[in-house]
Amino acid sequence: MEAKPSYDKLIFELSAPGRFAHSLPDLDVPSADPATLVPAQFVRATPPALPEVSEVDVVRHYSRLSLMNYGVDTHFYPLGSCTMKYNPKINEDMARLPGFARLHPLAPAAASQGALQLMWELARDLAEISGMDHVSLQPAAGAQGEFAGVLMIRAWHLSRGERRHKVLIPDSAHGTNPATTAQAGYQVVQLKSDEAGEVDLADLERHLDEDVAAFMITQPNTLGLFESRIHQITEMCHAKGVQVYMDGANFNAILGITRPGDLGFDVCHFNLHKTFTTPHGGGGPGSGPVGIKAHLAPFLPTPVVVKDGDTGYSLDWNRAQSIGKLQAFWGNFGMLVRAYTYIRTMGPDGLRSVSENAVLNANYILKRLEGDYDRATAGPCMHECVVSARRQKKLGVSATDIAKRLLDLGFYAPTTYFPLIVEEALMIEPTETESKETLDQFCDAMIQIAREAETNPHLLHEAPVTTSVRRLDQTLAARQPVLRWNAGA
Amino acid sequence: MRYISNTPAQQKEMLGRIGAASIEALLANVPTKARLSRPLGLPAAMAEADLVRHLRALAAKDASADDYSCFLGAGSYDHLIPSPINHLISRGEFFTAYTPYQPEASQGTLRTIFEYQTMMAELTGMDVANASIYDGASSLAEAVLMAHAVTGRNETAFSRGINPLYGQVVETYCEGPDLRLKRVALADGVTDLDALRRAVTDRTAAVVVQYPNFLGCLEDLREAGEIAHAKGALLVVAADPVNLGFLTPPGALGADIVVGEGQGLGVPMSYGGPNLGVFACRAELVRRMPGRLVGATVDRDGHRGFVLTLQTREQHIRREKATSNICTNVALCALMATIYVSIMGKQGLRRVGELATAKAHYAAARLAEVPGVQLRHRAPFFKEFALELPKAPERVVKRLLRDRILAGVPLKAFDRGAKNALLVAVTERRTKDEIDAYAAALAAAVA
Repeated sequence: MEAKPSYDKLIFELSAPGRFAHSLPDLDVPSADPATLVPAQFVRATPPALPEVSEVDVVRHYSRLSLMNYGVDTHFYPLGSCTMKYNPKINEDMARLPGFARLHPLAPAAASQGALQLMWELARDLAEISGMDHVSLQPAAGAQGEFAGVLMIRAWHLSRGERRHKVLIPDSAHGTNPATTAQAGYQVVQLKSDEAGEVDLADLERHLDEDVAAFMITQPNTLGLFESRIHQITEMCHAKGVQVYMDGANFNAILGITRPGDLGFDVCHFNLHKTFTTPHGGGGPGSGPVGIKAHLAPFLPTPVVVKDGDTGYSLDWNRAQSIGKLQAFWGNFGMLVRAYTYIRTMGPDGLRSVSENAVLNANYILKRLEGDYDRATAGPCMHECVVSARRQKKLGVSATDIAKRLLDLGFYAPTTYFPLIVEEALMIEPTETESKETLDQFCDAMIQIAREAETNPHLLHEAPVTTSVRRLDQTLAARQPVLRWNAGA
Repeated sequence: MRYISNTPAQQKEMLGRIGAASIEALLANVPTKARLSRPLGLPAAMAEADLVRHLRALAAKDASADDYSCFLGAGSYDHLIPSPINHLISRGEFFTAYTPYQPEASQGTLRTIFEYQTMMAELTGMDVANASIYDGASSLAEAVLMAHAVTGRNETAFSRGINPLYGQVVETYCEGPDLRLKRVALADGVTDLDALRRAVTDRTAAVVVQYPNFLGCLEDLREAGEIAHAKGALLVVAADPVNLGFLTPPGALGADIVVGEGQGLGVPMSYGGPNLGVFACRAELVRRMPGRLVGATVDRDGHRGFVLTLQTREQHIRREKATSNICTNVALCALMATIYVSIMGKQGLRRVGELATAKAHYAAARLAEVPGVQLRHRAPFFKEFALELPKAPERVVKRLLRDRILAGVPLKAFDRGAKNALLVAVTERRTKDEIDAYAAALAAAVA
């Protein structure tokens, strides 16, 4: 077992009056006292209570804090639905080229042709990968991609003189789907999944009517299953004028194998931080481009990157029916550079191989675990598998206990308790970048935990013991919120 | 294949264990009709050296602030980024982790967010700050939605001094709940307080102003707050936190919610994203807040630890009843800001403000000496100001590019009435030599 790190400081607790780390120039312009340049009421009366630390304090503090984290670079990170694959280092070098990282968003088009060309090509590539007609790169993350997509659907219905009020969403969906839909002004109707874990067609049929604006599904779904009757679903929806939205969180399963556009989807979003290797950064930034079919093009967010043979690339603002803007500028450009670098690194065959190996790895894990954990569904899975700890639950061991024990055994945990329709769910997504050796080590650990649940459940209830802290009191945190540091507290 | 670890022999072995003849057999659920029967039409894979050459060539077409004197602002600023930031955020333990769902294995991220929340609360003068929203504009949109949820009212008095790009984002977010933005005119560069008084009624959820505003001018927040509060509305302020080591924080002037673009705090401009959406509010409003929050607690042994908290506000728990749909935020940019603020510290951030405002005032004076050029507004400004030029600013901007100067943002695109206006930003990073060269080039361009 690792020794328990003893570090327990916050940067504020390293502070000493008069110490500093910054290097700022002397004022080189003739000036009065800066405090007299703006009226006194605008000048801060007391300095903010910020740390006073040296550069070595800063570097050592954050290096030490980093050691309290598990990341893909240090640990297998099978967090289902999040596609925690390896993040190539070359992507980082490219995103830091001064022509990209040090480019101001309002530089004239003539002085940002490289960035615009990269965006134009990436949108074109994502359109080809998805079988969509157009792609907007502006959404900052998957949830904002969903928001843009649902607003475009709304605008399309309104342009046809129809005001519809409902959006259908399966019970297996990510929480962002209903939250986004509500934010776009729609009422959410939840559909049941069938015995096999796919969309229940009878329930869908029952709910499809002229008041439904869209059906929003994840393909493959959150159980890791490809919705096999997808053509039937999209046809049923279109017959009622209902648009079909694909949550692209699980795109890593289908690259080069099938395309949402060919399946009849009208809209889909991408999570570049999942499928296209941009780093997750401890919770973001992500990037959530949204692809659409041609009939929705008038409603794309502004501005749109366009190519003109004579003038090169530019931003087109002149789009009267646009849903508007989603963030101040053009998208999370730094993430776009990384995704572009990745797509160019892999090429078409490489991308297909990504999905094939992601599917292979998930099925291998499922096979190795099925003797010791209950499968959520029958048959092969796509890029992720869901198992249930209901057998272990009978022994008094929960999915949480299993997750915490995995931390002690040197693995990050799968997603737990999601999808909501599976009791004691453990959702495992290995990704294609992991080797058989790593998968075997993980499966050995999972099987060991299943044995421990039978023989020594106490061990699992006590886990984790090797991390920088042990299980934390969530109830206390919520009941008496302490959301900032205070001197002397 | 690069980034794929299994060898063909291992793939075969794994298929044997699964009991499948091929990977194709595992894809049985994907109907034949759904299959793509050709390779994707993408450029072929490139070897690293070729790829680097290609991307360097693309990047070389852009006017990087390393090679040009950047006087552009309007929501993205060329502030200094101290060296340790890039080194520290590049540590894989931070960089390749995700949302801290397993807090015991994520204390590094959780602690940095807790520090970030403290710093943002301190700078804005508010009680609490969240773990971040996408950018300043989407933070402002979330603030407008939150004010609507808190007050149950449907109108917002929205100053024309707010960055028009932010205004466009707020409009997008107001579409669903059908909220109305009442625009409030400016008078000589700042919000017309009489017009504001007329615009605010008992249907007003919030008064929204920017500080300093889009034109760089300093708004009277105290007065705006009194107008809002007199009618039971909230005061929402958009402010750039990098300025708030020097400027009086909005929290001290009556703000109920403070949002802003934190890009200036050590985040690269990166052609406009990713940015850092700062979101802070008064303690009473915390349960209506969008986004993630980190709180302190204790572990089983009584040691201090940190967790995501008050999650019943969030989409993964509350689904359609969540305060926002946000999931992924911009944690890594928040980490950049946390390290930036640590490095700048109590005194350095004030110094950044002093340098920027002194240089901006020097630049304004020098540029306004150019014949035919004048400052557009008399209101006090901070680090950004609008010039009135004697000719179309697009031509001036184009002319100055040749001198490797990014002269500013023409305002015509945002305000048709401002056809000769140019918005100029000056950070602590600009030198006297650059400003003097700008003045000389401008004189030549408008002569």
